[in-house]
Amino acid sequence: MGGFGHYLASHLVTMRKEFWFLFVGGVANGFLYGMVAVGYTLVYGVLRLINFAHSEIFMSGGFAGYFVMKALIGTSSPNGFATVYLIIIGIVAGGVVGAVVATLLERVAYRPLRKRNAPKLAYLISAIGASYFLFNMAGKEFGRYSISVPQPYINHTVFTIFGAPVQLYYIVILIAGVIMLLGLDRVVATTKLGRSIRAVAQDAETASLMGVNIDRTIALTFIVGGALGGAAGFLFGLGTGVVYTMGFTPALKAFTAAVLGGIGNLRGAMIGGLLLGVAESLSVVFVQAAYIDVVAFGILVAVLLFRPTGILGERLGRAA
Amino acid sequence: MKSILTHQLFRRFITAAAVLAVVAVMTGPAGSTEAPTAGFTGSFSERSSFFGFFETVRWVPFLFLALVFFGVWTLWLSRGAQIKSGVSQVMQVPRAATQRRPVRWGIGVVLLFVALILPHVINDPFWQAAMVEQIAVYVLLAIGLNVVVGFAGLLDLGFVAFYAIGAYVTAWVTGALPTPPLFGIHMDPFFAIPIAIVIVMVAGIVLGVPTLRLRGDYLAIVTLGFGEIITIFANNLYGITGGSQGTSLIPHFSLHIGPIKYVWGLAPVPYYYLTLVFVVIFLLAFSLLEHSRVGRAWTAIREDEVAAESVGINPLKYKVMAFAIGASTAGFAGVVTASQSNNIFPSSFSLAFSINILVLVIFGGMGSIFGVVLGALLIQTGSMYLLHSPPAGYQSSDLYIYLGALLVVMMIFRPAGLVPSRRRRREIVLSEAGEGHMNEVLTGDQP
Repeated sequence: MGGFGHYLASHLVTMRKEFWFLFVGGVANGFLYGMVAVGYTLVYGVLRLINFAHSEIFMSGGFAGYFVMKALIGTSSPNGFATVYLIIIGIVAGGVVGAVVATLLERVAYRPLRKRNAPKLAYLISAIGASYFLFNMAGKEFGRYSISVPQPYINHTVFTIFGAPVQLYYIVILIAGVIMLLGLDRVVATTKLGRSIRAVAQDAETASLMGVNIDRTIALTFIVGGALGGAAGFLFGLGTGVVYTMGFTPALKAFTAAVLGGIGNLRGAMIGGLLLGVAESLSVVFVQAAYIDVVAFGILVAVLLFRPTGILGERLGRAA
Repeated sequence: MKSILTHQLFRRFITAAAVLAVVAVMTGPAGSTEAPTAGFTGSFSERSSFFGFFETVRWVPFLFLALVFFGVWTLWLSRGAQIKSGVSQVMQVPRAATQRRPVRWGIGVVLLFVALILPHVINDPFWQAAMVEQIAVYVLLAIGLNVVVGFAGLLDLGFVAFYAIGAYVTAWVTGALPTPPLFGIHMDPFFAIPIAIVIVMVAGIVLGVPTLRLRGDYLAIVTLGFGEIITIFANNLYGITGGSQGTSLIPHFSLHIGPIKYVWGLAPVPYYYLTLVFVVIFLLAFSLLEHSRVGRAWTAIREDEVAAESVGINPLKYKVMAFAIGASTAGFAGVVTASQSNNIFPSSFSLAFSINILVLVIFGGMGSIFGVVLGALLIQTGSMYLLHSPPAGYQSSDLYIYLGALLVVMMIFRPAGLVPSRRRRREIVLSEAGEGHMNEVLTGDQP
């Protein structure tokens, strides 16, 4: 008893010292997870399937951002307004390439099966195959090594919060994440596209009778989810560098976030992402850094065991 | 202009050209981040021989292949049904013959005989080693995963975890790990077999019970994560697993029965026979299992879980059973590989391994034991051939590009696999027609 009490007490002291520092990093990561998680949740809504190849959308966004940054920055060190427009260009590049890859994926790996009304196992296998094909193809074409992305800014501490430094990189993620997630929320809640996505998620057959073009809606859902995933890939690559296998672990965590918030539930995915990011970051106090991925996996199994519908519950096709 | 662009033939040709363009990039030279377009441009502009006739730039043969593909496709659309029915009529006789039990046993005995004399026909040391490490062991793994994916219809992407557990248990039991061995004695790898199988089955049950209640896609992602977690633990628990260095002290199998003493050594052939014995045992066991009460319960759950439950089948129990039984072969395969190579590294237990086994099962035919064995033989021989004599521009990791593409292609064109299990094919046809119209489909499908 004494041993464990002492262990906990000493770790809680570390926790109090490091809390804000870890919290800031966790929130930034959480926004990235959230941006990828909404991709899972959107596709789950319209197809009732986990898009196993979403990790490769993330990866392709990362590479798109890398090449654009490399072409525009070269060896210069931009600042001021240059930083702002470079980041916007990077996000757009990541988003566009992510959306293109998502569209191709839907066309090649999903649509032929959907036309045939194939069993669910077939979709999963075809998506895994596509994922495998895509990231190994990236490895072949861009080299199988990790490479750091030219920085559009000089990363520095902008301000401190309770003594914890907040870096420019985190602020970029925060602003981009808030704008994109709020934007997505509004699009799904108010626009015609959002209405058709919700309609297909609720009941695809009835939606088609009411004049919703299902093929088009599914394609657009992939595009929206892909754009966010690709943009998140760029932002992730900015901090961690890009490599052909970069999609795997973040995507697994984003999926955990989607399940944590309640799969099919858009706001749930965002909240799940933030929660997971923070929980994972704080867990560093208790476990070695090497086991961080185990923590996320443990959360996934625990959620599936005790509350498979997630925190906010599965809500398919309602306004967020 | 618009009429040309939307014309069916034009679209078909563009699709054919796009498919061949992808194939050209897949087989072409590699690029790098410094020269990201090198791989793509090289795939089309590099000089290569045109089927050995004359040298030309790569896009010429690929355009030619695209034209051939376009022609075959067009022919298939107009004559496909005729060709199909013709083939199925021709296949009627052999198909009926293979239904009969004596014929099946006969084929099995002939194949076994071929397998027995094979290492004496092939003398190349590369192929002898490949026959054990990459073919026999993979056949074993494929028939194990077939129980999970094919019989029970569960997608397990963490098969490598059980393989790793098997290998580490071998290292533990034989005293090759920093951890003190079981009962404090260094045992022969033979004793590792039952221990590994029991531990792996327990791991399968522990992982299966919570996750198998859930939807199939959740199971896939949880097993995927589990496969990664095992590697993380193996890599980081230095005191227990030896960390990223692994261990290289695992002894070979040895046999002491009375006066007989035999030690398996570095030569691959004795290991080939040892693995073959277990392949045959598992093959017999699983084909008996397929038609047993348990096998029928799996079929029932796969086809309609609610209906199965209503006639008193406990789905969770049978799913966990399939999961654990399938895992046991992976555990066993782990013992054989660990002992044969004497060493284990955490990095060799990657997701790529699980996917590789999955491809063998999907390509051969989910649920069809003969199909899965055939699929494993074909794919593993093919990938070993690529490793042995790689064509220009091929890197060993490119194999996974082909395997990934193969999964997608199989799902689009032949979801039941190369040699489909009759039951599986019928299920897929039923599912595609919407299960409500069973009679319609049945009358339509029968010749």
